Amino acid sequence: MTADLALIWPELILTIGGLVTLMLGTFLGDRQVGLYQLAALLTLGAAAVAVVALFGVNASVFSGTLAVDNFGGFAKLIIYGASAVSILVAPRFFTSGMRAEYPVLILFAALGMGIMAASRDLMTLYVGLELNSLAAYVLASFMRTDERSSEAGLKYFVLGALASGMLLYGISLLYGFSGTTNFSGIATAMGGQLNAGLIFGIVFVLAGLAFKISAVPFHMWTPDVYEGAPTPVTAFFASAPKVAALALMTRVVIDAMGPAAGAWQQIVIFLALASIILGAVGAIGQKNIKRLLAYSSINNVGFMLIGLAAGTPAGVQAVLTYLLVYVVTTVGAFLVVLQLRDADGNQIESIPALAGLSERRPGLAAAMAVFMYSLAGIPPLFGFWPKYLAFEAAVNAGLVPLAVAGIVASVIGAYYYIMIIKTMYFDDKSDVEITDGGNVVEGTIMTASALWLSVIGYLFIPMLGVASAAAAAVLF
Amino acid sequence: MSGFPILSLMLAVPVVGAIACLFAGDRNARLIALAATLVDLALGIMLWAQFDIGGAQWQFTERADLFGRFQWALGIDGLALMLIMLSVFLMPLCILASWDAIKQRVGLYMAMFLIMQTVMIGVFMAQDLLLFYIFFEAGLIPMYFIIGIWGGANRKYAAFKFFLYTLLGSVLMLIAMIAMIAEAGTTDIPTLMSYNFPVEMQTWLWLAFFASLAVKMPMWPVHTWLPDAHVQAPTAGSMILAGVLLKLGGYGFVRFMMPMFPDASAQLMWIVFALSMVAVVYTSLVALVQSDMKKLIAYSSVAHMAIVTAGLFAFNQQGIEGAMIVMLSHGVVSAALFFCVGVIYDRLHTREIDRYGGLAVNMPAYALFFMLFTMASIGLPGTSGFVGEFLSIAGIYEASSWVAFICTTGIILGAAYMLYLYRRIIFGELTKDDVKAMPDLNAREWAITAPLAAVALWMGVYPESFLAPMRGDVTAVVARLAPAKPAGDAHVSAGKPKAAAAEHGAAPAGDAPRAGGSQ
Repeated sequence: MTADLALIWPELILTIGGLVTLMLGTFLGDRQVGLYQLAALLTLGAAAVAVVALFGVNASVFSGTLAVDNFGGFAKLIIYGASAVSILVAPRFFTSGMRAEYPVLILFAALGMGIMAASRDLMTLYVGLELNSLAAYVLASFMRTDERSSEAGLKYFVLGALASGMLLYGISLLYGFSGTTNFSGIATAMGGQLNAGLIFGIVFVLAGLAFKISAVPFHMWTPDVYEGAPTPVTAFFASAPKVAALALMTRVVIDAMGPAAGAWQQIVIFLALASIILGAVGAIGQKNIKRLLAYSSINNVGFMLIGLAAGTPAGVQAVLTYLLVYVVTTVGAFLVVLQLRDADGNQIESIPALAGLSERRPGLAAAMAVFMYSLAGIPPLFGFWPKYLAFEAAVNAGLVPLAVAGIVASVIGAYYYIMIIKTMYFDDKSDVEITDGGNVVEGTIMTASALWLSVIGYLFIPMLGVASAAAAAVLF
Repeated sequence: MSGFPILSLMLAVPVVGAIACLFAGDRNARLIALAATLVDLALGIMLWAQFDIGGAQWQFTERADLFGRFQWALGIDGLALMLIMLSVFLMPLCILASWDAIKQRVGLYMAMFLIMQTVMIGVFMAQDLLLFYIFFEAGLIPMYFIIGIWGGANRKYAAFKFFLYTLLGSVLMLIAMIAMIAEAGTTDIPTLMSYNFPVEMQTWLWLAFFASLAVKMPMWPVHTWLPDAHVQAPTAGSMILAGVLLKLGGYGFVRFMMPMFPDASAQLMWIVFALSMVAVVYTSLVALVQSDMKKLIAYSSVAHMAIVTAGLFAFNQQGIEGAMIVMLSHGVVSAALFFCVGVIYDRLHTREIDRYGGLAVNMPAYALFFMLFTMASIGLPGTSGFVGEFLSIAGIYEASSWVAFICTTGIILGAAYMLYLYRRIIFGELTKDDVKAMPDLNAREWAITAPLAAVALWMGVYPESFLAPMRGDVTAVVARLAPAKPAGDAHVSAGKPKAAAAEHGAAPAGDAPRAGGSQ
């Protein structure tokens, strides 16, 4: 027991840090926001250090319910990084309404996501997922006075509860027909004859998880929630929870359902293709940049699922690399959106208002162009590389038709990405005056991610390859 | 060769220049861009001077394991050398051509051109399959900007069409590359060129590559992006598009499809021949009825490229050498023709042929150069066009006399549409007042047309300079294709030579006399 505690330092640090920040907030009031922000960032930093220190450990703790391994570590580092960025960029957005709860909620969400990425048991899976979701529902409606924000929170909650219900139903079926909630036990049961109960369990669990990663056909909430939630929260939703949910899904299908590959592979292939195509087609008519990025996230999840469908170590590596590159790109894109304010300081979200941005704010437009080309996967930008890995994994696993369909559909996706670039570069200036602004922190993060996604990222391939290979290896 | 990484340097110079251009003022950006492209030209000339003809197949090789899964592997053979020379030669001229024409966002414009240059020569230098693909696709980004920002009235549509059309073609090639890497276990292009893929697999790979390269080439019926892109692009954009970008397709054929999939190439050569024959006749006829100068030249490009594809798939020395010369010649001549259009477009701001007429009176120097390039495009002996077209059609004739017959009509039709164009613009009565007011070439325009004319004549009079570096590589491709090569319907046998009394100059290597004989 004590020995187990020594292996979950990241979770302990986050719990303690979150509670301390909460107490501070309760007693000191909302004025000391800078302090809470700092406390939360330190907590995330300490947790990240703990994760790095635990790299290479491969253990199951608390009777095999939680894994401490490289796979979880890889995912946690991305999650903590994305969480830290969404804390960093918040104060400027919530000029008046920043409250102590914001960093606290992010910390608890990060804790829940860490547990999701590390769970090896259906119960810990559910606990982690709900911890994250509860924090997320509150975050979505964080701007209490804003109608759209409240609406987003409510929608997210209702549909999220529905998904949790489906997931729980699937979990109960898996438990009922395999007699255990432990992943390795389930895997043993799946190794034998697959009966209808187990198959239904697989379907429902995957449907519940598909909701969390917003894969088509469980994606309907995404555009509305992304549009309504405050922009820093949207940046958070689009990055960290995606990592956690995809890591969780990977672990579930490889670790728990590995022997029943035939059963889940079809589902994942369907989710992948449907997400790529619908994510691309749905984005075309969008006039709101946050909605567009929501469809872009649906589209990109589809490509990650192509890697997952392969079900090989190379496929898992592709998923992990994709997650990292996707998070950097998406966070960068949302940072650009955060910079867009008109003369009165109101946020600009409409795409036509971006017309002529390249002449008003050339740096900002260039960064956005990098993010868009990268999301589209056009070389030489680094967004190409994870797409390549996913397609390679699929082709080598014999799923050539899937790869061909996916890559052809990616051209549809390219259309709306280059549409944004067209608006920024080719169109005449819009009437909306976009003011200069932004602070050093945001500018630095944005510049760094844009530079990394330009050709520089390729130099990191060997490093990423080693790290993701070490992470993927523990699942097989 | 020496260990100095000259190829990496050639790639780095434009990138550095591009970054500098972004931060420099308008005037400085022009100077920086010109300087960077001239440095690259100088490096290119050094490269050519040091290239060891008849030496190792791959020279100036560089290899750095930077990316783990694939490598920074560069190296050139004769085919790549010639295409690199074409790129570095055209680039300073393009910068000069846009010296006055581009007035808005000059820094960004010059940066895009410099990036374009890196990407283009990178394609020809890459010795790693993935590196090649990255360079190959990367060209879309600067070209999208060049057409979309500085293009004509309908530029946005043209930019989209260009981007999506070529992207759709390329992605299938990527899947084929993944399959090749999995099968052969390497990304090294020279190794892949001698790897024997299973015949069944070759067919699929060939079709995937064909989908991509046929769009880039462009071959009928996927050529429709080209006229749009050309018409809307700024003058220098058209020059580089016609001059170098279209050559990526032909380079891909001779570097990848033919040596890597010889059996599939032989089985499916009928597709190439059929599409080429249609293209030669159809696009020539379409060119004949154009009222827009740029569109006319764009369609003539498609027709010329069809002779290239047919020549390449003749599978013999003359055919492939001829196709390469057509590519080089077309690179110079079509860039020159687009520039000639640009010269009068800058003065009158219209591309309508009917708006001009009688330019021979007030622009005699222009009329002279335009005539030279028109003749070179038609393929008049003494110009570059003749050498290439004659050689490729001689090669095609050996493979199939019918294909040769139909491709030859392209030359006649080419003469028709080019001379008709020339007559309408240069000859006739000088009646329109605004046309009368147009001044002749200025010093900058002389500086662009004179080198283009010199090279077109050089290639026409002494093509051996250009053929010699490529000969060994073409022989290697022909040898690789030999086992799969179909018999062909024309069995040409060499005639008995007369007593070698009047031998003019000893020819260097075995096959050479035939190539030399076309002069």
